[in-house]
Amino acid sequence: MEMYLRPAVIGVMIFVVFNALIIASAILVLAERKIMGFMQQRYGPYLVGPHGVLQPIADILKLLFKEELRPKGADKWLFTLAPVLSIVTAFVAFAAVPFGPETTLFGLLDEPIKLGIADVNVAVLVVFAVTSMGVYGIVLAGWASNSKYSLFGGLRAAAQMISYELAYATSLAAVIMLAGSLSLREVVDSQAGTWFGFFSQWYIWLQPLGFVIYVIAGVAETNRAPFDFPEAEQELVAGYNTEYSSVRFALFPQSEYINMVTMSAVATDLYLGGWHGLLPIYTPLDPLIEQYRLGWLVFIAKVAGFLFFYIWMRWTVPRYRYDQLMQFGWKWLFPASVLNLIVTAALVLYLNA
Amino acid sequence: MPETFTFYAFSAMAIIASTLVIGQRNPMYSVLLLIASFGALSALYIQLNAPFVAVAQIIIYAGAIMVLFLFVVMLLNAPREDAAEWDRSHPLQHPNIGRFGALLAALLVVQLAWALTKVSELETPVGARADGASVGSVLEMGRILFTRHTFAFEATSVLILVAMVGAVVLARREGSNQ
Amino acid sequence: MIPLSYYLIVSAVLFAIGTAGVFLRRNLITILLSIEIMLNAVNLSFVAFGRYAGDLDGQIITFFVMTVAAAEAAVGLALIIALFRHRESLNPDAFTSLKW
Repeated sequence: MEMYLRPAVIGVMIFVVFNALIIASAILVLAERKIMGFMQQRYGPYLVGPHGVLQPIADILKLLFKEELRPKGADKWLFTLAPVLSIVTAFVAFAAVPFGPETTLFGLLDEPIKLGIADVNVAVLVVFAVTSMGVYGIVLAGWASNSKYSLFGGLRAAAQMISYELAYATSLAAVIMLAGSLSLREVVDSQAGTWFGFFSQWYIWLQPLGFVIYVIAGVAETNRAPFDFPEAEQELVAGYNTEYSSVRFALFPQSEYINMVTMSAVATDLYLGGWHGLLPIYTPLDPLIEQYRLGWLVFIAKVAGFLFFYIWMRWTVPRYRYDQLMQFGWKWLFPASVLNLIVTAALVLYLNA
Repeated sequence: MPETFTFYAFSAMAIIASTLVIGQRNPMYSVLLLIASFGALSALYIQLNAPFVAVAQIIIYAGAIMVLFLFVVMLLNAPREDAAEWDRSHPLQHPNIGRFGALLAALLVVQLAWALTKVSELETPVGARADGASVGSVLEMGRILFTRHTFAFEATSVLILVAMVGAVVLARREGSNQ
Repeated sequence: MIPLSYYLIVSAVLFAIGTAGVFLRRNLITILLSIEIMLNAVNLSFVAFGRYAGDLDGQIITFFVMTVAAAEAAVGLALIIALFRHRESLNPDAFTSLKW
């Protein structure tokens, strides 16, 4: 019985996470427009359903009923492959991210099961590798559309993404030095507990510069504002997803939202302590959360906070011009992250000797 | 049993993808098929207890070098419409020189396979002689890399710097003061 | 358990495919891609031998091979761009005269 129960539980977990990501992207569609509306002192969508909660469904239905166009000169295979590649890499990146502590599902299982689809011991690198494969979706979309402006938009987006991957990886390396392991689950578990019984032992206190660099690089990686030059400025003219319509188009913003969720989840795991510690200071709820294994709720709350921060940044800060963006990435962010790495390495050596 | 299945599946995928790479007329398709081949090889590395090499393969090869190839293919807009005579026909239908080259390559495979089957010691399964500690942990790899192979490590960093400078200099436009 | 020779045969086949690509193709970029196939085949046999011998040296060498392949691909592509600017062709047969 136990032999079949465990794979069944893992299968259910995969199903739940897959659907949760899709529902999260639908919720983000609505949340973005509502929050944008409230920040601009107006209501967001409020006609469809009570307070507009059925708006994502209306959007999806509209997109599904549109005509599926394909430009005449577009490459037959690549035109369809590009959004598929985007969405597949977006989903696979989340597979290596743990989202909860070990749980026995209220005593149903003999051995506790770890909440997370795959527990690989190089999870940090797997997430990085799969998000760097996400560049291909954009580049191929720009190329396969057989239009000059799409191609430029796609190439610019790809160049931006690979430039900010450097700062992303270097700030990751600094956290890994502190934690001593490449496995995300171990990085989270090394952030359990508190200092002086008061402050939660998160890495954001030890790596403030690294956290800022990581968040900025994460925003640039997902092509979100203020780094969304390839998709916003040129949507007045062109952009890599201009020639797309209906379902193929719908996969692009969805993959962008899922990438946002993955980046937020990884940032939570690396810097905010994952599922340990509800608030930056110690609350009486913490031992209860540890005892009843409700860490996944804490995780979801922190990821939601990050996503709110993403949406907040989009509608607050003006957009970077493309050359400013590249200069910032190469001349400011990457040297800052290297400096962060060197200082972290020096301090780790000094304090451990 | 799942081990043999994954080995056959991924090595078949790697070999088929590589064969299609050299047979495609459109370089864009060649690059994408090569990425698929790299993915299959990465899976084989995981089966060989080398998780770091597998992930490094995806990050470096499939994620960086192939993006470079893709950029160059798109920049040069290959294939050209006014391609030379050799490019118009399919490569495997080229006259004698091409057939001779294909014959040599087939001869290479036969020779290597014959040589490999003559060494009886190679029939032992992979991992039979290994102890349990050789999982390819990153900690162990880092330790070896930074103690025994320090010089090679530093030399490759100089190599990458030289390659970067060389690539920028070579691809610069003539006559412009950049 | 997969015998070591199976991995080596896969590596040999991939190496031969890469060699055939260098012989047969008349497009500079595809020739470079075939060289990358050969380098990958060699990586596979290094890792297989490393696992067979039980230590990590095979994987360390793979690390260096990947780095060198990256540097070589960068310089090779820069060369191709420079060549293309002069002859407007990616066919190696177009570069037959030593005169620039």
